[in-house]
Amino acid sequence: MRILRALVTLAGLLLIWGLITAILGLPKFMLPSPLIVAEALLTHKSLIAENALTTAIEILVGLILGVLFGMVSALLISAYHPVKQWIFPLLIASQAIPVFAIAPLLVLWLGYGIAPKIVMSMLIIYFPVTVGFLDGLNRTDQSWLNLAGLLQQSGNAGRLRKLINLYLYIKIPFALPSLASGIRVAAAIAPIGAVVGEWVGASSGLGYLMLHANARVQTDLMFASLLVLTAMALILYYLIDALLLRALPWLSTQNSPKTP
Amino acid sequence: MEPEDQANSSIMESISVARRDQVEMPTGVHLQLDQLVFDGETILSDLDLLLEPGKITCLLGPSGVGKSSILKILAGFIPLPGDSKITASDNQGLSGRLSYMDQKDLLLPWASVLDNLLIGSRLRGEPPNIERANTLIRQVGLENWRDNLPDTLSGGMRQRVALARTLMEGSPILLMDEPFSALDAITKFRLQDLAARLLSDKTVLLITHDPMEALRLGDVIYVLAGHPARLSAPIRPEKDIPRDPSDGIFTQHYSAIMKRLAGEAEEAS
Repeated sequence: MRILRALVTLAGLLLIWGLITAILGLPKFMLPSPLIVAEALLTHKSLIAENALTTAIEILVGLILGVLFGMVSALLISAYHPVKQWIFPLLIASQAIPVFAIAPLLVLWLGYGIAPKIVMSMLIIYFPVTVGFLDGLNRTDQSWLNLAGLLQQSGNAGRLRKLINLYLYIKIPFALPSLASGIRVAAAIAPIGAVVGEWVGASSGLGYLMLHANARVQTDLMFASLLVLTAMALILYYLIDALLLRALPWLSTQNSPKTP
Repeated sequence: MEPEDQANSSIMESISVARRDQVEMPTGVHLQLDQLVFDGETILSDLDLLLEPGKITCLLGPSGVGKSSILKILAGFIPLPGDSKITASDNQGLSGRLSYMDQKDLLLPWASVLDNLLIGSRLRGEPPNIERANTLIRQVGLENWRDNLPDTLSGGMRQRVALARTLMEGSPILLMDEPFSALDAITKFRLQDLAARLLSDKTVLLITHDPMEALRLGDVIYVLAGHPARLSAPIRPEKDIPRDPSDGIFTQHYSAIMKRLAGEAEEAS
């Protein structure tokens, strides 16, 4: 049913797009019709696939690394107060700098390869993951903390061991829904980082291909690349969403954000 | 916590671990509370509460009278105010010898019934005693739900899991904050029977606003009412718990307690 609805919406959008090009009679370098774009998709399929692979790798590696760094940061900030006092303002400040502004620097430092794009994706993902997870870690129900404290009073484990166990068995599991929200946002915005990185300087990738096509007024190829990029972003989001729901089964019966 | 208590606590901890699962002499607890202030208002003063060893002490009172605060002070969730004092009958610290049961079941939603019982040992980094957990699950009648998640259980079943988790620790002193108040009448009745059976030999403080519950389960009942609240003289109904509500003694005490609650409320207003 959900898939059918999505297909109907897609068909409707394509129809409107086709009608606009037919009625206005725009030249194809301004707005190519869906048919021309489909044709471009077919003719350039190996070129697009090759570049899409680069972008996909950048997005995935960036996503994984960004999520990992975000989780570690959130854990450190939550468990160790001085880290919060010193690092957290820096973290906020880092978000005030537009990623677009430091993209050229990253290319300058890391070259034209895949590295600066991965770093861009990481930078853009890091914040929502950190803040989401940290929020979850800081909001463990006080009654649970009380109970856990009482349960830990007996037993001769050291303080660090008890703290680790408290995180492992109480705080982290309770924070997972918030982390999942952070990861969902991250999955949705990760492609932005990769494409911006490619725009600033690259030798392959969908962003690079679009820029290249634009310069040579191959608007149909540009649209084809854009479509593939959109499809990739959507697939990534729903894949992550499905994975998260499967990883947190107890949430599906509670107040999980339902997939539209 | 007193400094000497702190020094004792590590020794106490190892003793209490060695003692877990062993039958030990029940411990009484004596709370002397100088006064309890909330938002600049004294809600309690000169409270002297004795939890007799191996007995269920019920603290009965209307909401907002500070009975939950008393329990939280005993549990250490609220720091001990001013000149107040908590002493155990064996003169040892209470650390590591308390278990706590809340009105909310506080079950971990991602963990099975069994894993919810084992959370204490996991948090302490001790090998879990699965055999003991299984016995307790059987005792609360949930052997067929051992691997279920809390969400798949009814409210009464969840509270039975919480009761089993509380007993799992083997602590001699149990603090229970309105543990059955969120349940319907029949479920509550059955759980009170179960609790009476499983709580024998434990020193229990049971907080409740339900006179019926106090009379069913309390070996000793105190009424806490008024403003600032004062503790009544202990009421010790004759029969053993769980008492039958159709009993003459029960109804007689019931009306006396209701009168006391109502009278104190009138005096306060």
